[in-house]
Amino acid sequence: MSIFLNENSKVIVQGLTGSEGTKHATKMLAAGTNIVGGVNARKAGTAVSIGGKELTVFGTVEEAMKETGADVSVIFVPPKFAKDAVIEAIDAAIPLAVVITEGIPVHDSAYFWAHAVAKGNKTRIIGPNCPGIISPGKSNAGIIPADIAGPGKIGLVSKSGTLTYQMMFELKEFGFSTAIGIGGDPIIGTTHIDALEAFEADPDTAAIVMIGEIGGDAEERAAAYIKENVTKPVVGYVAGFTAPEGKTMGHAGAIVSGSAGTAAAKKEALEAAGVKVGKTPSETAALMKEIMASL
Amino acid sequence: MDLYEYQAKDLFAAHGVPVLPGKTVDTAEGAEAAAAELGTAVVVKAQVKTGGRGKAGGVKLAESPAEAKEKAGAILGMDIKGHTVHQVLVTTASDISEEYYFSFLLDRSNRTFLAMCSAEGGMEIEQLAVERPEALARIPIDAIAGVDKAKADEIVAAGKIPAEVADQASDVIVKLWETFVAEDATLVEVNPLVRDPENKVIALDGKVTLDGNADFRHPQHAELVDERTENALEAKAKAKNLNYVKLEGGSVGIIGNGAGLVMSTLDVVAYAGEKHGGQKPANFLDIGGGASAQVMANGLDVILNDPDVKSVFVNVFGGITACDAVANGIVEALKILGDEASKPLVVRLDGNNVVEGRKILEDANHPLVTQVATMDDAADKAAELAAGA
Repeated sequence: MSIFLNENSKVIVQGLTGSEGTKHATKMLAAGTNIVGGVNARKAGTAVSIGGKELTVFGTVEEAMKETGADVSVIFVPPKFAKDAVIEAIDAAIPLAVVITEGIPVHDSAYFWAHAVAKGNKTRIIGPNCPGIISPGKSNAGIIPADIAGPGKIGLVSKSGTLTYQMMFELKEFGFSTAIGIGGDPIIGTTHIDALEAFEADPDTAAIVMIGEIGGDAEERAAAYIKENVTKPVVGYVAGFTAPEGKTMGHAGAIVSGSAGTAAAKKEALEAAGVKVGKTPSETAALMKEIMASL
Repeated sequence: MDLYEYQAKDLFAAHGVPVLPGKTVDTAEGAEAAAAELGTAVVVKAQVKTGGRGKAGGVKLAESPAEAKEKAGAILGMDIKGHTVHQVLVTTASDISEEYYFSFLLDRSNRTFLAMCSAEGGMEIEQLAVERPEALARIPIDAIAGVDKAKADEIVAAGKIPAEVADQASDVIVKLWETFVAEDATLVEVNPLVRDPENKVIALDGKVTLDGNADFRHPQHAELVDERTENALEAKAKAKNLNYVKLEGGSVGIIGNGAGLVMSTLDVVAYAGEKHGGQKPANFLDIGGGASAQVMANGLDVILNDPDVKSVFVNVFGGITACDAVANGIVEALKILGDEASKPLVVRLDGNNVVEGRKILEDANHPLVTQVATMDDAADKAAELAAGA
C-alpha cells in the first residue's frame, strides 16, 4: 500500500508539451509511472513521443480522463495560466491534482481552493509549489528523484522539496511507502494533517517523518492532530531556527495564527504531542533509525 | 513587498477609499512647503515599514509650516526599530471622534481570506485580540464570492461599528476589498479607520503587503520599490534575480538549493558555530533548481563581497540539479571571479551525479575549495575556517 498514489494510478500531465513537462514526464516514465497522456488545448489531437512512449495530447482534462481512465494529473503549467489549469482539473473531478508550478499568485490559489471546496472536494490537490508525490517502486507524480530511496515502511510529509530529498537520502536504507511534498506556499491543498491521517490508515506505513518550516501554524495544528489521532511513531524536523522573523508579515498575520510561527514554537508544540524532534536533518534521521530498529 | 503608509494610501485613493490630503517629502524645507500648501494644521509622519512610529516619536502634530519644518527636521534621519527615516508624510490634521480597526488578510489555516473589524481601533490591536477577543470580529471571506455591500454590512455589524456610520463604513470596506483583490495584496490594514466630527469615515493610516508572485499582472508595482532601504548586498542580489537575505552578525556565507535546505543549513551552521566561538550564518541564499555556472558565480560574487563573510559553505543536494553541473558552476565561478575570490569554500555535494561532481572539484584542485561529505561535517569545517580567519 501507499497513500494517494499507487501502481494502478493513471497519470496525465497538464503542460506535457512544455519544456518542464516534457523533461519531468521523461523522468516519471523512467521511474515506472503509468503516464497515459497529456493536456494542451492548443495541441489537441497531436501525439508526442516521450521516453519511447507515444502519448496523446488531449484538449481538456475531461477528455483525457474519458479516453484513458486517468485519475491523476500533474500540472506543470506556468504561473500565469496555472489557475485555469487547476480549475479545469477540478471541474473534471479528477481524484488527484499535483500542482508543481512555483510562483502562483496567492489570490489565484485561494480562488482554485475555494472552487475545489464549492465542487465538493472531489479533487485532492497537492501543492502548489511542491515537488509532488512518490510511492517508490509504484508511481512518481512530480519531480522527486526516483533513485534516492526505494520502497519501505516510512511515510514522509514535508513542506520543502530539497529537505524531502535530503531526508529520503538519510533514510534510504529503510525506504518509503510514500513521500509527499506539500509545498511551502501560504495556501496549499493537501496539508500535513491530511497526510498524517492517510499514513495512520495505511497498513504499509510503520512510522512517519514530518518536516516543517517557519511561518503559519500548520505544524502546531499537526501536533494537536497527532496527539489525538496518530498512534504510529512520528519524528519531526522544523527548518528555520536561525531565520529572521516576520519580515513580510504585518501584525495582523500573527494575530490570526495565534502563534509567532517560529521554529522554536513549532518544535515545542510537536514535542508536547509526543513527537521526537531533531535539531538537524541528520539528528532527525537518527531518531527515525532508532524507531525503525525497535519495530 | 510591504508598502509605506503613503504608498498604501495612494492605492486606497486610486480605489476610492477616503484618505486625507497629504504630500511625501524628504527634507524639512519640503515639509514646510507641503504644510503651507495644505493650509491647515498638519501631522508629520515618519515613513518606515514598521509599527510603533508614534511611540518612537515619529509622528508629530504641527500647527504651522514653520513648526512642520522643525518637526520634520527632527524626524528625518531618526532610527525607528532599525529603520532609518528617509521620508515624511505631511498630511492634514483631522479631528477624530472615534477610531476603528479594519483589515483584510490571508488566513493560511483555513485557506481563504479573512476580514477583521473592531469598533475599538487605534490602540494596541494585538493586545485587544488577546485580552478581549470578542471585541475583534473575524469574518471568513469566500475567495470567489468576495465582499459585496451585503457582506460588508455583515462585517461592520460584527465589528460593532456604530449605526450612524455603518453604511459609510461598509462602503469603505467594499472599496478596500477592491484594493485587496485588484492589487493582489496579501494584507490591507487600516488602523485607525476614523470617524470625524462630520461623521465621515476616513482611512487615517494604511498598511499594505503585495504578493510578489503577482508582479506579472502589475508592472506598475515595480515603481513602489524603495532601493534606499534595501541592504546594498540585497539590492545587488535582487538585480541578479537571486533569493538572498543578509543576516546580521554572521561570518559564514551560505549558498544552497531549495529554501528548506538553505534554512536548514543556516541552523546546522549556527549549531556547529557554537563550538567555534559562536560563528553564525551571514546570509540566506537559495540558488534554486538550475544552478548554472553563471548563477553560482553571481551567488559567490554577492557573498564574497560581504565583508562579514570569512568562509563560505556551498550545500547542494542534487535532486533535479545535477551535482556535476553544480561542480562545474563552482569551478567556472572561481575562474570568472579570479582574484576576487579570496575566502575559503567548503562544498558538500550529494544526490544526483554526486560521483561526477566530486571528481570535477577534485580534479580542479582549487586551493580555496575543501570538499566534505556530510552536511554536519561541512558546517563544522566552514565554522572552523571562519573562526580561524
